[in-house]
Amino acid sequence: MSIITYRDALNHALREEMQRDDRVFLMGEEVAVYQGAYKVSKGLLQEFGEMRVVDTPITELGFAGVGVGAAMAGLRPVIEFMTWNFALLAIDQVVNAAAKMLYMSGGQYPMPMVFRGPNGAALQLSAQHSQAWESWLAHIPGLKVIAPGTPYDAKGLLKAAIRDDNPVVVLEGEMLYNTKGEVPDDDYTIPIGKAEVKREGDHCSIITHGKSVLIALQVADALAKEGIRVEVVDLRTVRPMDVDAITASVRKTNRAVVLEEGWEICGIGAQVVDYIQRHCFDDLDAPVLRVHQEDVPMPYAKNLERAAKPDVAKTVAAIKQVMYLPTA
Amino acid sequence: MAKKKTEPRAEPTFGATDAPTRASLLHSMLLQRRFEERCAEAYALGKIGGFCHLYIGQEACGTGAISVLREDDYVITTYRDHGQALARGIPARAIMAELFGRSDGCARGKGGSMHLFDRNTNFLGGHGIVGGHVPIATGVGFAIKYRGTDQVILCFMGESVVNTGAFHEALNMASLWKLPVVFIIENNRYGMGTALERASSIHDIYQRGAAYDMPRAQVDGQDVLSVRASVAEAVHRARTESLPTLLEVRTYRFMGHSMSDAVSGTYRSKQELEEYMKRDPINVLRAHMEGQGEIDDAGMTKLDEEVKAIVQDAWDFADASPEPALESLWEDVLVETTT
Ligand SMILES: Cc1ncc(C[n+]2csc(CCOP(=O)(O)OP(=O)(O)O)c2C)c(N)n1
Ligand SMILES: [Mg+2]
Repeated sequence: MSIITYRDALNHALREEMQRDDRVFLMGEEVAVYQGAYKVSKGLLQEFGEMRVVDTPITELGFAGVGVGAAMAGLRPVIEFMTWNFALLAIDQVVNAAAKMLYMSGGQYPMPMVFRGPNGAALQLSAQHSQAWESWLAHIPGLKVIAPGTPYDAKGLLKAAIRDDNPVVVLEGEMLYNTKGEVPDDDYTIPIGKAEVKREGDHCSIITHGKSVLIALQVADALAKEGIRVEVVDLRTVRPMDVDAITASVRKTNRAVVLEEGWEICGIGAQVVDYIQRHCFDDLDAPVLRVHQEDVPMPYAKNLERAAKPDVAKTVAAIKQVMYLPTA
Repeated sequence: MAKKKTEPRAEPTFGATDAPTRASLLHSMLLQRRFEERCAEAYALGKIGGFCHLYIGQEACGTGAISVLREDDYVITTYRDHGQALARGIPARAIMAELFGRSDGCARGKGGSMHLFDRNTNFLGGHGIVGGHVPIATGVGFAIKYRGTDQVILCFMGESVVNTGAFHEALNMASLWKLPVVFIIENNRYGMGTALERASSIHDIYQRGAAYDMPRAQVDGQDVLSVRASVAEAVHRARTESLPTLLEVRTYRFMGHSMSDAVSGTYRSKQELEEYMKRDPINVLRAHMEGQGEIDDAGMTKLDEEVKAIVQDAWDFADASPEPALESLWEDVLVETTT
């Protein structure tokens, strides 16, 4: 075990998988000479050369399509988007090409590829650079969508994503890259589609994923001081979603709050709530509440941005509400 | 039509044909023609559904181009893909069964007319998003270079594609990285009802290659031998020098855009259509072969009977092929992972 950053965990995953399989290559803007806009690909150009660590022009649609073509011809591309906001220009390739190719070819062309990059808000980047896209991507059959919240999960899930023969979307977080955690030194993968209980508790479940896991753990710490035992279920993968893990937790706690970075309408939380009402109807002691970004584009001003984002206070309040406790 | 070249052809013998090769080109084009005439019939009978775009009038483009490929080369194209699929050697039975939505189709009934795929012949699909497959072709070119093999990929597209961002992005990278991709624009003068002149700022669209410093040429798309020669040269360049080429193949579609579009429509005159139909690509090759004494009326009749029999067999096969099993609805969304 070593304590490393989320950034290094991703870097190690890339390095190890590129060493393991020479069909794996990394392509995107600034991944090579610049060493990555967020330095995730640091040192890879030096180790693997320019054919396997490829700087592209600013051409998201184009290089996402290059990844699709390379996958059709037998390579295993890792396509980096500088952030997922820019991936909107490439969404045709993700949705209409990568996600459909296997199906519309009647099973002839699998798409062993990864689309990855930071997702969600950082700090004061305002409307166009602060968006969480998981519900858009998770909507699409043919994709797998992972959103690791810790260095351990980031490394194990990215390695699994690269070895997967399906197109896997990896949602990282700019605010996560510097976070640290324990990561095994030896080779390991984490199965895609498996949630993890990050904190056990029996009073209320928080179901969450990605960067919001950190908020959920802070919430659990804060409420523990008041004697409230919160269970934190980290989905880790939003498609396919681990319905069993959600169900098991809610059956235990009988109460749930769903926390996510993205917007409310048709969000990931809406899907989680649907699973809960279908599978845990008789187990619930209160309606399930959701915590998410306010239903506005992200503002710039510090105070407004803070008000727009989901946070510890909003989540604590939601938990107290589902527990019918007085809120401050 | 005058052939314009940005550079003189290095070796004029590219794509030279002998009598058997010409006979096989004629066979392929006639098969495509008869096949698609029956497609129109099947569509009217409700055996084929959805969007269905016929290639009639354009057969020389795909036939000439694909005729120079090796088995391990790749082809990728648009939704107007029946002719190229046949030219590439996907069995007529498997194509017709796909069009009928049957389990023996080349995409097991999951793709339909616009999405013919065949791994056996490296036929990487008909694609339905205008421009979307062009970056994919660049990606296949990248994979070829990555592996260090000497295959090439032909990427067919309609002339409307040159106005998309995907086209620009894909050609820029193909040239920047020197990838073995031959981009073939089938300029049939219209994108649905929009004439090229109403959509593109330049009309000799092969000149778009100048923006990418890419070898380029304009080719008579009604003459299969010209197409073959130009594509052979481009394929040679791709194979030996790993360089892309942009070819504008001037052609014309004799049918409507799709089955829902009238043959001449509101956007072109009957007179224009009739004018272009005088240069039917099948007749152009036939006339050439007659001049060489390689075929006569009797030979043509015999050939016609032969291809019609193939098409009838394909129809019967497709008709008898079962509908896909309902369980297959859930198959091929994802593959079992190899982690
Ligand atoms: C991105 C996109 N926009 C619009 C369409 C609808 N559409 C299908 S074919 C077509 C015309 C394309 O013309 P062209 O590229 O010249 O090919 P042709 O049909 O003439 O072979 C249009 C507008 C589409 N499929 N994809
Ligand atoms: Mg056209």
